[in-house]
This record gives sequence, C-alpha cells and structure tokens, in this order.
Amino acid sequence: MRWWQRGKRDADLERELRSDLDLEEEEQRERGFSPEEARYAALRAFGNPTVIREQTRATWGWTWLEQFVRDVKYGARTLLRSPGFTLISVLVMAVGIGATTSLFTMVRAVLLRPLPFRDSGKLVMLYEHFRHKTLGDGFNAVAPGDYREWRSQTHGFEEMAVMRGYGGIVSGVRSELPEVVQSAGGSANLFPLLGVAPAFGRVFTEAEDQPNGVPVVLLTWNLFERRFAGDPSIVGKQIHLDTSPATVVGVLPSWFTYPDARIQLWIPYAQTFSPADYGMHDGHQSMVVARLKPGVSTEAATGEVSAVQYRIHLANASKPVAEDVWSRPMIDDLVRNVRTPLLVLLGAVGCMLLIACLNLTNLLVARAASRRKEVAMRGALGGSRLVLIREQMTECLLICLAGGGLGSLLSLASTYWLAAHWRNLPRAESVHVDGWVLTFALSLVVVTALLAGLVPALSSTGKGLLLGLRESSRSVGGNASRARLRKTMLTAEIALTVVLLIAAGLLFKSFLHLRMADLGCRVDHVITMKFGLPEVQYDTRDKVVLFHESLLERLRRLPGMRGAALVSSVPGAGPVGDRTFTIQERPAPSYSLQYVAATLVADPQYFSVMQIPVLRGRVFTERERLNNDHYVVVTRRFADQFLPGDDPVGKHVSISWDNKPETYEILGEVGDTVFDVTRPVQAAIYFPILSGIPDRTTEATIVAYTAGDPLAMSMPIQRQISALEPELPVYNALTMDQILGKTTASQGFAANLVLAFSALSLLLAAGGLYGVLSYLVTQRGPEIGIRLALGAQREQVLRLVLFDGLRPALVGLVLGLAASVGATRLIRSMLYGTGPLDPAIFAAVATTLMAVAALACLVPAWRAARIDPMLALRSE
Amino acid sequence: MSSMAKETKQRMAVLQGTLDMLILRTLLYGQAHGHQIGKHIQMTTNEFLQVQHGSLYPALHRLEEKGWVTSKWEMAPDRNRELKYYRLTSKGKKQLVVEESQWKQMADAVARVMWPAAEES
Repeated sequence: MRWWQRGKRDADLERELRSDLDLEEEEQRERGFSPEEARYAALRAFGNPTVIREQTRATWGWTWLEQFVRDVKYGARTLLRSPGFTLISVLVMAVGIGATTSLFTMVRAVLLRPLPFRDSGKLVMLYEHFRHKTLGDGFNAVAPGDYREWRSQTHGFEEMAVMRGYGGIVSGVRSELPEVVQSAGGSANLFPLLGVAPAFGRVFTEAEDQPNGVPVVLLTWNLFERRFAGDPSIVGKQIHLDTSPATVVGVLPSWFTYPDARIQLWIPYAQTFSPADYGMHDGHQSMVVARLKPGVSTEAATGEVSAVQYRIHLANASKPVAEDVWSRPMIDDLVRNVRTPLLVLLGAVGCMLLIACLNLTNLLVARAASRRKEVAMRGALGGSRLVLIREQMTECLLICLAGGGLGSLLSLASTYWLAAHWRNLPRAESVHVDGWVLTFALSLVVVTALLAGLVPALSSTGKGLLLGLRESSRSVGGNASRARLRKTMLTAEIALTVVLLIAAGLLFKSFLHLRMADLGCRVDHVITMKFGLPEVQYDTRDKVVLFHESLLERLRRLPGMRGAALVSSVPGAGPVGDRTFTIQERPAPSYSLQYVAATLVADPQYFSVMQIPVLRGRVFTERERLNNDHYVVVTRRFADQFLPGDDPVGKHVSISWDNKPETYEILGEVGDTVFDVTRPVQAAIYFPILSGIPDRTTEATIVAYTAGDPLAMSMPIQRQISALEPELPVYNALTMDQILGKTTASQGFAANLVLAFSALSLLLAAGGLYGVLSYLVTQRGPEIGIRLALGAQREQVLRLVLFDGLRPALVGLVLGLAASVGATRLIRSMLYGTGPLDPAIFAAVATTLMAVAALACLVPAWRAARIDPMLALRSE
Repeated sequence: MSSMAKETKQRMAVLQGTLDMLILRTLLYGQAHGHQIGKHIQMTTNEFLQVQHGSLYPALHRLEEKGWVTSKWEMAPDRNRELKYYRLTSKGKKQLVVEESQWKQMADAVARVMWPAAEES
C-alpha cells in the first residue's frame, strides 16, 4: 500500500477495530450482561480505540513523514498568522546566511583551495632577506645572478624557476591599434615546474631563455581570445612586441592566470635582461618558485640556498646583496594581502549572523511567551514535551530554511559581485558556487535554526509549564526568568554590535585617512596620462628630448590648459622604484646602513605645475638637458634623513647605472610628495627628464593642470600625442582624485562592507531592544497601572522602564568595548593613521550605541508612562 | 505502581518480540480475525498471557506490512457480519520456523544460565 492510499487504509483500520469491538460487545451480551453493561465491559477490555489506532498507524512506514508534514503545516500556519514577524525574520536570516555564505565562498576559493598546479603543496617561493632592512616584511625580490647561482649550486629543491613582472606594447603587424600590456618574464623551466602544459604550441626552451635568445612569446588565453580571435594558427607567427617582431610559440591554458590575471603575455626570463644585467647580484626584481624534493624539509632546503646566498653576500660586500634567503608557501605568498581583510569580513558577517540568530531567538521567546497558555494546556492534556519542542523547532527551521533559500540566491549574486569588484583579488577567477558552498549554506540553516529555536523551545516547555496555567488569571509582574533570558541575549547582541561598530569605525577612519591623505601637491584640476616611447625608434637622447619638448609645447598651447609637465610617476599612484646611492660629502658609515631613495625623472615645470614648494636652492631649468644632466633635486625627507642639519644644495650624490657610478650635484630641495599612501613618506631624488636617456625617460606621465573639468582635457591631450606619434598608445587617463580612489579602493571596499554589516547589526540590536522592552511594558501593564494608581509619578515610570532597557545596553556596551580591545588587534595590519585602541572611535561608538539604545527604549518607556491605570487594571 | 505489580503476579503481558511468533503460530490453524487471535492466545495459556489490543493490532499490521500474513474481509460463519480475517502466507510459515528455532535457542540458553545443575544431569 502506498502513502497516498493512507486514507483508505485508515478507514479499513477503523472498520476492523469497530467490528472487533462490536464482536466483543456481542460476546459480553451473550454472557448475560445488559446492552449498556456489555458496551462498557467491551470498551474496558478493548482499551482506548484512538490510542490503538495511533499505535497501529505508527507501524506504517511513513508516519515520520506524516508527522513532519503536520509539523510543517502547523508551523507554516502559525507563521502566516503573523506575516510581519515572518517576513522580517526571513529577511534578517536571508541577509545573515547570504552574507556568510558569500564570504565563505570567497575564503574557500581564495585562501583554502589548493592552487591549480601539480602537487601545489610542495611549491614554495624564495626571497632574499636583508638583515638590516627594517622596512617591509623582510621578503625581498631576488636578483637574477643570485637565482642562477642558487639553481646551479644547491640540490635541496627538485627544481627552481624564476619570473618577473615586465611591460610591453603589442602593436599590430597589419596596423592594428597598439596596446600597452602587462607581461611577465618566465624561465624555460617555470611551466614544467608548475605542471602547466600549453593549450597550443609549446613553452620556452633553454636556448630561448638567454639574454640574446631568439625573441619568442607565450600568449595567455585572455590575449589569445581577445586580440587574436582565439585562432590557434597564431602559433608560429610573429607579433610586434615593443615594435620588434617576436614569434608566438604557444598559448597558455585559460585557467592559468598566475601570478596575476592582468598578465597578457610571457617572454623568456633571460630576454628581459641585458647580458650584463643577467648576472647581477644587486638589482632585485624577480620571484623564485621552487618545488620541494620529497623527504627534504623546507627549512633544510632553504637553509642550503641561504648558505649560498651568504657566500654571494660576502663576495659582493660593497653592494646591496642580501645575507639570507627566506621562503614561504606559494599559496600564502599569493594571498598575503587579502588574507586579513577576507578573514575580517568573514568574522564580521559571522557576528552579524549571530546577531540575527539572537534576534530571532528573542522574537521567538516573545512569541512563545504569548503562546504560553496554549502550550501549557497542551502539555497538561498529555502532549509530550518532545512533540511541543519539535513543533517550535519546525517553525524556526521554516524561517531559517526560507531565509537560507533567499540568502543563497542573495549570496549567488553578491559572491560574483564581490569577486568582480574587489580590486586585485588574487584567484578571483576561481571563485564560484559549488556543492560545498551549498552544503555550507544548508548547514548554516540547520545550525542557525538550532541556535535560534532551541532556547525558546526549551524555555517555553520547561519545568514551569503548569505555572502558565496558574498565572493566567492575573499576571502582575510578568515572568522574571523569561525576561532575564531575553535581556541576556540582548546583552550579547549589543556586545557583538559594539565590536563590529568599532572595527568598522577603525577601518573607515583608516580609509578616510588614506583617501584624504595630503599628497604634498596639487590634486584638483589635474589630469594625468601615461605613455611609453618605443625604445627601438627613440634610441638617442635627442629624439626623446625632441618628442618630450614638442609634446609639452603643444600641450601648453591648448586652450584651458594652465600648465603641463612630465614626471615618471605621479603622487598617490603607488610605490616608486628606489636605488641605493652614496653622498660624497657624507659617506655611509657601512654597507648595512646604505642610503636608499626613490628615483624619479621630472621636467623643469613639474614642481610649479603640481605646486610642490621649492624649499632651498632651485629646481631644473631648460639648461639641465641632454649631456648636461648631472644635476638632481632632492626632497625634504631626503635632506632630513641623509643630511640632517646640513644644506643639501651643492652636495653630490653618486648613483650607479648599469654598474657605472655617476655623480650628480644637488640643485635644490623640494617638498615631499606621497607616492604610496599606505606607507610613510619616502626620501626621493628627481633627475632631469630632459636628459633624454632612452631607458630612463621614455616612460613618462603627463600631468596637466586645467582651468575646467580635467577629464574634458583628456581627448585634446591624446589628440596632441597622436599628432606627434600616431602609433603611441596612451593609457591610465585619470584625474588625481581617481588615482587616489583607485589606490585606496580595496581599503574603502573593506571599510564600507564592514560598516554596512555593523550598521545592519546596530539596526537589529536596536530592533531587539525595542521589541523586548515593548513586550515587557505590555506584560507589566497591570503592575504599572497599580503603581500609577497608588500615586507614582509618570516621570518615575518613564525612568523605571528606560533604565530597565538601558541596563542590558550598558552591560553589553562595556562587554563589547572590552572584547574590542582584543579583537581590534587582529586588524592592526589594515589600519592607517590610527591604532587598534583609537579613543575617538571607541568614544564615538559608545555614544552612538547609547543614543540608539536610548531611542529604542524611549518609545516603550513613553508608552508605559502614558498607561491609563484604570484601563490597565481592567484589561485582564 | 503497586497495583500493577500485583497484576503481573497473576497475568503477564506477552514478552516483547514473542507476540509475532504467537500470532503466526495461532494462524497456523487457519484464518482468524483479530479478536479470535487475542482470545485464542489468552485461552490457550489459561488467561496467563494477556494480549492487549494496543499491541495486537499494531503487530497484525506490522506482519501484514512484512508480507507474513494477508487479510481479507469475509462473512463470519457464526455471525451475520463481515470480519477482517488474517491468513498465514508461505513467507509467514517460513518466518514462523525461523522464529520458533530462535526462541528455542533463546529458551535453552536462558535455562542453561538459570539452572546449570539441572542441565548437567
């Protein structure tokens, strides 16, 4: 018999029992009992037919399903009776579950899933470590010469490969638009080491991986699809890279986006160096990947490399060569910048989910209280506690299921939004929703349902069940223990909210600090634009200077242009490359205390266009040009750091270019500008761009100070450039404001998200506070009525209720502040211009919270004070 | 509590797990309706074993679910009414043999523990 035939079967059972009962009755009558006596005797012998029917039904296989269906029906009916409550609870749970699922998806994809390489757990990155360098995290890029010696002299690793970031311009063989691309140099053994096979063609050979090797490139899938229409016949053909031809040897698979999805093509590592530089030990720019040998520990293998490095260090004592080698797992290396923000966000949404749970619990406790008499009555009539608890849990499960379903849809959308809008998120392409994520969401639903449902279910069906019947007539004073339970949860809710608010406050303050950072120069009405002259054509100083000067002349003649200048790197756009140098008048005391400064090139008018103050001496003029270029301008930080108490003007710095030291005279000192807003001001040296030295001045950024909207000048400027050099691509046309927005985007992202989560939590907590207090006021109506009738003042009642509500808020605040002291330490690395214990933020959060709490309490308190004693007393 | 204890001195509820066997054995004589089965067990044991209706009907339905008995509404021969008669199936007969041997083993085992001397003699 099937489930849907259960009605028929039920009738059959009914008939069977009835006929047997009749039979019994007949037998009793045959024994001489009167019909009435016989009937009672039969019933006595038979027992309760309803119970028998229930027990028999229990042997049918599907009763659990029936019970469940009944519970669900019952729960749904109860929920639909109060649609407002249901809707709000479902939405709250949806947001909580959705956000948590989203962040879990991100954390799993980015931090937890192994990299898509062969046996990726065995891959480590090797870095050089300078014992005396205090800036940064101690992991420094590797010099090509060092890598080559490590590889040839150590045996602890199965294999060692190297790569470096590089640039390039891809221009069409048949006059397609030129395009500036990010590229990377990779050694011939890099792809085999990672276990990456090309989708088409082959990878580099050792013969190609030489400084003077045949020019070849590997395309990434992105460039292959985008620029070459996904046509595999490109393999073996030539493309133009920096205006010289290079042969495409292969195409990398679409999933290969390491180390960065922005990289468009790969060239052999050695070809990114001149033969002289390929062996250098003092130029650091490369990343080394190594695969551990089975049975060799990372420490042992790294130690061996470190020993080789120390020998190199001793052999090059006068140069900046690191003493040690440090290693870290490849996955840690890749995600190091997003680990903390991701975990902080996960923590924040976790807190929010917990708050949502507590809120739901609170609401359910309130409902359970109003249904107390019903539950007590059913308990008295023999409803088992388990059944009563199951029913209440089903209700909660329904809310959580609906919330979870809605939340999963929400997280589906928000996950992809997050992955797409999180700037520079490594492995963003690996973020997707799969079975694990759905499992996670489902278990969240179950856990939240248990969390939120068990407390009210247990408390409302507990020992004092029958008290509910007794207190029915006149419930003066309400139920103290239930109120205490709700206040405890409220306290926890508020404490969590405080932690979230403080974290959000600190992050937001940091973001504002970065966003409002004083760059030390003009930021309004400035547009910037980058270009790079191809060194093949612009191979002499004269050609470069001619281009720069005629470009500036054209730009300065544009209507609406107040000033235009050239610089290698604009303030706020990120870190600038630095070099070591010596000051002839004040030699460095030892190698380990060597001088390092950022190096820039600028044209004479850069300082006035950008309003950078000249503090001492003078800046460049048109005379410091071509071979008359041994002059520099230094920044205030430079003077303070390397020439404290001395006039820098007239001093001489010595810097090596291509291993040839050159001496420059300091012309003047200018104000500091900030390049990387997340770091302290760096000392910097400006070189004249009018030297025209090809590889130092061909890449430049135009800074234009405009009368009107700077973005409107973008097209006129580009037109002037193409008039001079039609093939030259121009990129990053951004106002200073946009640059700052871009560099602080990820901080702003995290800060805004946490702020949104904490605002939502505050709203939830305030709603919870309001709900609990309103409920208490309703419960205490008769009591308050008596107080008023006995002569209590309305202000006293107001104060009474207000303090009743503010007490859990205050306790929660104190607990939350205490917890924040510990919690904010964890986000220290995300803070700029503030500390984990910023008193202003703590004070602001405390004030906000108390204000919101007071507001939430004021309404019920006011309502309590306006109670009409007669009405309240009569209402029972 | 005490009244229940007294009752167990004279009568005993059918032991858990043996009711199925007793029903199957009863049905070996031919088809019977629920009332008859209960009465039969009671009478055969001189009212010692009491079959509660609350366990009889669930047991019958359980046996039917397992396919050891079938049921059919038939006119009672002695009365003018239709009753639900249960009949042993061939599967039920096999099951009876299994349960019987299991019960024997069980009873022997219990006896060996309870009266070891008697067993030796």
